[in-house]
Parts: sequence; C-alpha cells; structure tokens
Amino acid sequence: MHQVDSSDRTSGLRLENVAIRLDDLLLLDIDCHILPGTVLTIMGESGSGKSSLLDFIAGYLKPDFEAEGRVILAGEDLTERPAQERHIGLMFQSPLLFPHMSVLQNLMFAIPASVKGRAIRRDLAEQALEDVGLAGFGSRDPATLSGGQQTRVALMRTLLSEPRALLLDEPFSSLDQTRRADIRDLVFKLARKNGLPVLLVTHDHEDAVAAGGMIHWLDQDKARNGCTGEMQPQR
Amino acid sequence: MRANGNPDVPSVLTVLLLAVPVLAGLAGTALPAFGYLPVLGFETLSLEPFHQLFAEPGLTRSVSLSLGTGLTASIVSLVIVLLFTAGWYGTRTFRRLSRFLSPILSIPHAAAAIGLAFLIAPSGFLVRFISPWATGWTRPPDVLILNDPYGLAMTLGLVAKEVPFLFLITMAALNRPHIQNYFKAGTSLGYGRMATFFLVVLPQIYPLIRLPMLAVIAYATSVVDVAEILGPTTPRPLAPRLIIWMNDPDLAMRLMASAGALLQLFVSAAAIFAFLVLERIAETCLRQQFVMGRRHQREKVGQLAGLIPMLSIIVLMALAIALLVLWSGAKSWWFPATLPQNFSLTQVIKAVLMAGPALTSTLLIASAAAVIATGMTLWLLEARSYRNKRDSRRLKTLIFLPLLLPQVGFLFGLQMFFLVAGIGGTIGAVLLAHLVFVFPYAFLSLSDPWNRLDPRFAKAATSLGASRVQIFWQIQLPLLLRPVLVTFAIAVAISVGQYLPTLMIGAGRIETITTESVALASGGNRQIAALYGLLQLLIPLAAFTLAAVVPSVVHSNRSAMQLKG
Repeated sequence: MHQVDSSDRTSGLRLENVAIRLDDLLLLDIDCHILPGTVLTIMGESGSGKSSLLDFIAGYLKPDFEAEGRVILAGEDLTERPAQERHIGLMFQSPLLFPHMSVLQNLMFAIPASVKGRAIRRDLAEQALEDVGLAGFGSRDPATLSGGQQTRVALMRTLLSEPRALLLDEPFSSLDQTRRADIRDLVFKLARKNGLPVLLVTHDHEDAVAAGGMIHWLDQDKARNGCTGEMQPQR
Repeated sequence: MRANGNPDVPSVLTVLLLAVPVLAGLAGTALPAFGYLPVLGFETLSLEPFHQLFAEPGLTRSVSLSLGTGLTASIVSLVIVLLFTAGWYGTRTFRRLSRFLSPILSIPHAAAAIGLAFLIAPSGFLVRFISPWATGWTRPPDVLILNDPYGLAMTLGLVAKEVPFLFLITMAALNRPHIQNYFKAGTSLGYGRMATFFLVVLPQIYPLIRLPMLAVIAYATSVVDVAEILGPTTPRPLAPRLIIWMNDPDLAMRLMASAGALLQLFVSAAAIFAFLVLERIAETCLRQQFVMGRRHQREKVGQLAGLIPMLSIIVLMALAIALLVLWSGAKSWWFPATLPQNFSLTQVIKAVLMAGPALTSTLLIASAAAVIATGMTLWLLEARSYRNKRDSRRLKTLIFLPLLLPQVGFLFGLQMFFLVAGIGGTIGAVLLAHLVFVFPYAFLSLSDPWNRLDPRFAKAATSLGASRVQIFWQIQLPLLLRPVLVTFAIAVAISVGQYLPTLMIGAGRIETITTESVALASGGNRQIAALYGLLQLLIPLAAFTLAAVVPSVVHSNRSAMQLKG
C-alpha cells in the first residue's frame, strides 16, 4: 500500500481550473486533486459533460470543444501531450477487447515493449489472467467470454500497460447485478494496490458509494464545481 | 412478418439482371476465342485465334503494362488512403480534406483524365506556368510526359480517381459502432494513432474494404478510356488494343480480339491473385506486431506520408477541373501563355448545340439507368426486410461480382449476342449494359442506410393498421429520401462515366458525351474536348446538387431530418 502525504501537491492527478465549453456554452468546470490510491466519483445526468471531461483528461477532446485549465499527473503537465503519451488507462462502458486477437494477444498487446522476450511477455499475460481467476482462458476468442469475464480481461489489459492513472467510464453498467459488486471491488482493490488515482464516471449511486471516495456532482446549473478540500487515501 | 412461400421476385430479377448478361457475355467471348462464331461463318473450333494473338508484336509489353500500371495504381491508392486515414482520422485536417474527396469521386474517369492531360502535357498548364521565364521554352518541349512508355501518366490518372473511391469505402467501413472507442482503447494503452489504426482498427474494417479493392484492381488492369487519353501508345496496354482489334474491318480479327479478351480476364485474375499474396504477407507482418508491444509513438513521418499524396491529389484534380473550365471557354491560348488570351462564349454555345444529340442520349440513358437501379434496389431491400432477411452479405458479394471482372471480358460476347438478337446499337441495349455496372453501386450505396433505418418505425406503422405499401411510400421512403437521392446521383455518375459499355454495345450508333470526349481527347481540338469533359462532370454534379437540396427543402421544418454537423 502506498503511503501518500496529503500535502504532496505533486503526486496523483490534478485537474487545475478545468473548464470545457461547446459553442461558448460552459459545459462544466472543475478543480480538484485525486491522490494516488483514491477514487473521485463524478456523477451527473447525461449531457452534463461527463464524457467531455474524460476526453479532455485522456487527450481525446474533439476540436469542436474549447477547454482551458491543466491536467497534471504526478507533477507533469499533460495538457498539451498527445493521448498516447499520457499513460492514462481507460475503461469503457463495454470492455472493447480487440475482436481479431485472442484473449492472450489482447493482454500481450498492452505489455510495454521494454519487457523483452516472447516467453516473458506470455508469462506476464498468463499471470494477469490467473490474478483475475481466468487461468487457461488465453487462447479463447474474446467474443466467447461472458460480460464479466471480458471486463476482467479489459481491466488487466489496462493495468498491464502500466498506467499512472485510471479513468473509468461507467465500466460496470453493462454487467448484471450479481457480478457487478465483485468486479467493482476487484477494480478498486487493484487500483489501490497499484497506487493509481482513479476517476470514476457513473450515474449509479451504488457504484459511487462502493468507490468510497469523494463524490462530485456535475450540475445542470453550471455553477462553479470545485472539490472542496483534498481526499485522504483509502486504507 | 415471416416469409410466405412465394419466390422473392426482386431477388430473382436482380440475379437475372446481373448474371444473364455476364454469363452470356463470357460465353460469347469464350466461343469466338476458340474459333467458333457461326454468325460470321466460323464454325470450327481451333486454337488459331490464340496463335494469331501471341504472334502480335509487343503483346508481352502490352500485358506487362496492363498488369504493372493497374496493380501499381491500385496498391498505391490503397496505401495512400490507409496512411492518410491512419494519420489523420478524427482531426480537423481530415474533415476538411474529406469534403473535397466525394466531389472528385463523381468526376467520370475520362473527364478526369482529360483535365489531367491538360495539366501535365508538355504544352500543359504546369509547363506553361514555368515557361518561358524559368525554362526558356517558347515551344512545348519534345518530351513524352503524356502517353509515356512506362504508363506513369496513366498510373497517376488512375490513382487520382481510385483514391477518392477507396477513401469513401474506408469511411463507410469506419462508420461502425465503437470504432471511435477502439481508437481510444489503443492510444490509451500508449500506441501511436497510426499504430492503433493498423493494429486495432484496420483488421476489423478490412473485410469491408477488400471486395471494393479487388474491383479497383480488375478495373485498373483493364481500363480503356484512361489508357486512351493518358496511356502509352507504342504499344498500348492490352485492353485498348483489344478494342482496336475488335473494330478492325477484317472480321477475322474479332476471333483474335476475343482470345485477347480471355487473356485480359487472365491478366486481371493474375493481378488479383498477386494482390491476395501481398495481402497475406502484410497480414502476417501485422500479426507479429500484435504481441510485441512496440508503441510507435513517433509518427510525424508517417503522417506526412499520408498527407502529402492526399493533398497533391486534391490539388491536381482541382487544377484539372479548372483547366477544363478554362479550355472550354478559351478562344485562343497559345503556348507559353499561362492563361488564355481571350474567351469566346459563342463558341461554347455552338459546341453545346453540336453536342446536343450526344447530350440527349447521355441524359436519357443515365436517368433511366438511375431510376431503374435505384427503384430495383429499393424493391429488393424492402422485400428482403419484409421477409426478415437482414443479413445481406452473400447477396452483396453476388451483386459485386460483375465489378470483379474486367469489362472487356464479357462486353465482347454481349455485343455479339445483342447483334444476333437484333438489338445491337439501340438505346435499350446500352441501358441494359449500363445497369450491370450501375446497379451494384446503387445497391452498395443504399443498403447500409436502409439497414440502419430503425425497424420499429415499420412495426409502429403496422400496429396502427398501415399496409405494406403505405409503410413503404409514407414511412420508409420519406425517411430515406436523402440516401435515396444520393444513390440516384451516384447511379447517374456511374452511368455517365461508362465508356466501354457504351462504345461496345452502342456499336458506334449510340454516342454519349463520354464516348465523344474520349474520341475528341486524342484529336487536336482541345476546346471541344474540354467542353465535353466539363459536360460529363456537370451532369453528376447537377444530380448531387439535387440530392442535397431537395431533402433540405422537403424536410425544412423537421429538425430531426436535417443533416447534423
């Protein structure tokens, strides 16, 4: 478990005076700091700009939008960096395993090239499968896995790429109620274990409570939205 | 809405419309190739036509030219499209440039080739632009830029036309659910934008690009009009030589021409086979990259390699069109003047009047072909969705088959059949031949919008007691007004662009703007050639304009029916 000094302004993910506009209309503004191992949950109606915020942080904001403010990860300003150089892991509403690759290939795809040697890469991927209870699934076609299994593979794929922060875009919404809690706990547990700052977007209150961190509402009235104070890491 | 036992009339009709001419044409080509053509008194099977064919001087060179220019042009076009899409998809630059590519697609091949010839010829605009101040040339230089022996100009002309086609096919393929998110998934794992495209996105969409690509190869290896205008002449590539033999007053030459048409089928098949081998190699290389983890984050060079050729094609084609306009109105334009000395409108009017008959038959054939092709497509799609046959992949492949054959391969035989049936050289026969090529494009263009239409609209209407006919005319057709009109416009553009079917089946008696313009392009009068090229281009343009304007007017007070973004 990471020990994080809450006064350390350089660790974690900081969103500094972020404001996103579309056609001069303010969609959202936010100013907050997510410490390593903690979760900030963003809740809001559809159309409240949740996905634009994720796009801005990850580097995908469409040119139609105007954005100001800065994204700072572990002290580094990412705002002007292309998406592929941000080291921010994304999980989507659907697992988006690459359908033309096997489960194992999906995982090996994510392992950094600095890990040399096919055998080592394969072992790493197989270990990752075992960690989420899917040992032996490597050669399977991703399409033959259940929704929950796919989400677990997608999670490991994201983590294998060694991200420095995690953005979750309602990744549990497609799962049925029984699986949902298990997988949610797994995601948060692994994120904490890896000391990752996590930003979760959801409209499900249960997800927000389970995340255990601060909850931030994106309101329709577009009032100034700030995270008051800083969150303590979860123990 | 389950199928009742009746045969599906439109499906059967479609298959007949496409298969009968193609199969009859192939048979009609194959038999004379082996010496059997009873109409002309040849009744013994022999290999003589082939002996004669292989004794033709320069045949090997013609074959290599067809193979080389066609295959090179097709592959270069695909590479340009893929590099550009990989490097720029989703950017502002991409959106801006895409807007130029669909108009280029609607330019008939012959018109594009004529405009390009005006641009790059020794006496063309590019040389004029730098003469005499930079080159010292006061007369056109004596170099073979056009009709160069290696077919470079011809390859350029083909690339300029196939890039927009493959680009729009790729765009349609990218128009699938989640593609945007797959891009994000790849780049969020640290992969460069281009690496993500090639490793994650392309393997998913390539199956949709493949058949059109094979059609491009079949077309480019057997093209006649572009070859006539831009291609080498000593010797010509195979396909244009076949046409010359076919039109030889010595009727025995037809047997040899038919043997040549079989050779052309073989050449195009060989090109397709070569491409499939290359495709397999490329796929193996890509597959190995899946598990290596190399991120390829530096991609400036790749991006430029996609952008520069794409920009060049757009600029070249824009200049080519501008030159068609300038030359149409030019009264005198002596070398090395950069722009015409003076213009004459009376000359334009005179030429248009002279073009009257060709213009009439072009419009007649194009509008009839477009109405029939669009109507049949709608009939087919409606019948299939009524019978809940939504998966149309097999049908699509079948409909696409005529486009995978070189046109000469079966047009020779078809011409013979029409002559025997006594309808050779009639508008109806030409129309039928056009439909074989127009229908597949109409179907390709309309089947996606039709399948995307929410089936619940029809269900809702049924539950309100509407009949099938009412649902079609009052619900489905109005909702699809825009894609239906765009399909109509595409059909018009394809029909106007048909050179070989008009030439062969029309038997010299049916002249269209396109056949005339190719004939004129090799003649001396640039002004008339330009004007015909321009007319070729204006007809599809008018159709596309209608397709854009009509739905906006009809649905002007329905915000959900407006185009967004």
